[in-house]
Amino acid sequence: MNKSIIRLENIKRDFVVGDETVHALRGISFTINEGEFVSIMGSSGSGKSTMLNLLGCLDTPTDGEYFLDDVAVSSMNKNQRSTLRNKKIGFVFQSYNLLPKTTAEENVELPLMYNPAYSGKERRAKAIKALDDVGLSDRVNHKSNQMSGGQMQRVAIARALVNDPVLILADEATGNLDTRTAYEIMVLFQELHAKGRTIIFVTHNPELAAFTSRNIVLRDGKVIKDAPNRQIESAKKMLDMLPKQDD
Amino acid sequence: MNIGNLIKISLRALNNNKMRAFLTMLGIIIGVASVITMLAIGQGSKKSIQSQISEMGSNMIMIQPGTGNMGGVRLSGESQQTLKLGDYYALRDKTQYISACSPTVNSSGQFIYQSNNYPCAITGVNSDYLDIRKLSIDEGTVFSKQQIEAAAKVCIVGKTVITNLFTNGEDPLGKVIRFNKIPFTIIGTLNEKGFNSMGMDQDNVVLAPYTTIQKRILAITYIQGIFASASSEANTNKAIAEAENILRTNHKLKPTDADDFNIRSQEEISKMLTSTTDILTILLACIAGISLLVGGIGIMNIMYVSVTERTREIGLRMSIGAKGRDILSQFLIEAILISFTGGIIGVIIGLGASFLIHAVFSWPISVQLYAVLMSFVVCTITGVFFGWYPAKKASELDPIEALRYE
Ligand SMILES: Nc1ncnc2c1ncn2[C@@H]1O[C@H](COP(=O)(O)OP(=O)(O)O)[C@@H](O)[C@H]1O
Ligand SMILES: [Mg+2]
Repeated sequence: MNKSIIRLENIKRDFVVGDETVHALRGISFTINEGEFVSIMGSSGSGKSTMLNLLGCLDTPTDGEYFLDDVAVSSMNKNQRSTLRNKKIGFVFQSYNLLPKTTAEENVELPLMYNPAYSGKERRAKAIKALDDVGLSDRVNHKSNQMSGGQMQRVAIARALVNDPVLILADEATGNLDTRTAYEIMVLFQELHAKGRTIIFVTHNPELAAFTSRNIVLRDGKVIKDAPNRQIESAKKMLDMLPKQDD
Repeated sequence: MNIGNLIKISLRALNNNKMRAFLTMLGIIIGVASVITMLAIGQGSKKSIQSQISEMGSNMIMIQPGTGNMGGVRLSGESQQTLKLGDYYALRDKTQYISACSPTVNSSGQFIYQSNNYPCAITGVNSDYLDIRKLSIDEGTVFSKQQIEAAAKVCIVGKTVITNLFTNGEDPLGKVIRFNKIPFTIIGTLNEKGFNSMGMDQDNVVLAPYTTIQKRILAITYIQGIFASASSEANTNKAIAEAENILRTNHKLKPTDADDFNIRSQEEISKMLTSTTDILTILLACIAGISLLVGGIGIMNIMYVSVTERTREIGLRMSIGAKGRDILSQFLIEAILISFTGGIIGVIIGLGASFLIHAVFSWPISVQLYAVLMSFVVCTITGVFFGWYPAKKASELDPIEALRYE
């Protein structure tokens, strides 16, 4: 069967604020296989971001075990986790987080700058390939402030793809975009899924969950629903159904 | 993470904020430029004093009346009358290590030639004086023994005096000029020596037989000083000891009495003068150093603001795999690039300013390699030192917090 990319075993994450302890995650276990497109839903404060940060090795659990690509993350130190992020994970943020006044190409090659294995030439080639994959081959030398929100998010996705990660993590990646652009981004994610990428997509919008292959719902730091999506909707179709906007 | 990539990252970051980088650099530029210029001026005047002095003759010995207290407060030597002609004769006749010797007496006043008048001191000496002070006759002759014995009204004049008195370009030789109504016949002119390092015009002199000044102008029997030459530079100290002995015997001083004269060698004078310029150099360098320090603090300030402003960028870099030390290096390299580039520009401007000062004010300057190298080292250290704290702070940010920063 499919290889497992993520294995969570009774993950807990507590935050100590003053003399109070916030239990953001209260014992979470699941496995995500290669090629899955998982949505994580839940109301605000349910622990979605906390979990995504753990999955992305930006944070470590208070308790429990986390295996990423069969590597035990909980026992790793900061630098090892940095290297792991650099090689295995691609992040997509709600607010894009592109470097200002920097071209799309330079933004995209950024993860490779922290990997000494790549030469400048290779970096550039891979960045251009990634921009091509997200449909921005004509925006390679545009600076971040010369692009629309949708384009910036595409650059950010290209940046997440450039290091060929085993896992793409998106936190409210469409949160700052209008409906049409959000669907366009979902089309892109579905294309990536079709090419075999493993994607975890955090959203509080249940509509978007319909485009993913598996839905996990959190409440109060616990998984209350984890089910495969038998009827994956096509984002492309939804986009075509939207009233044409011409101005 | 290799250093090449880090430098590239830092350069891109600086490139995104050129104006700010330049303004930050300005502090360093001004600091380094002033250090270079100040040292060039300080070293220049020191060098020129040194060469001046060796030109004056490194075996020269000066004797003045009064208890000399070098560097300290003392009475004006010339107002004391402890040196007599007898002292001069004794030094001239009874010494082994003194090869030339001349008494000096001075009087200031006005010289008049036709309708021109010019204020200048007249110095009474003997013919040895020219050798001792490394002066030479351009045209004419030095005073003869007879002229000295007869207290003849003759004189030798320097170029500046000539240009001020003989405005029509006449030949000064044989002309009579008046000093405080006494007529002096010019029997010789001096070769030009120019200004010395302290800005004194060495051609602004009139020399006459000391006897003439003593008898006809000042009506005194004592002398105001003695200039002598040691037989060689190596013998200077022996000559000084010898002179001291002779003068003490002549003045009938008891062993417990202090000298009522003071003897200084050219070397001592040289040391005294250069120590002044050394202090001046240090002082100038300190002031310049302070401006470099202020420049450094400017770097720290800007880097600090920059780290705060770029918190999200730092969070992003960390999320895509930058380690703490990569972030630290990036900001440190930014600081060093600013200070080092500022250093290069500062050195260039400093050199330019030094040469400009030399060209415009004709001050002596001397640019030394060590000053330039030191500036670079100091700049780099400044960058590391003042960039360290903000860079460290950046590297210790928590990526999650940093990404959430508004
Ligand atoms: N750094 C933190 N310190 C303290 N509490 C935190 C921190 N991060 C998250 N929390 C708390 O954990 C809970 C889950 O937060 P989060 O994962 O951000 O929710 P979501 O992304 O689902 O809106 C919230 O109650 C939040 O206040
Ligand atoms: Mg969240």
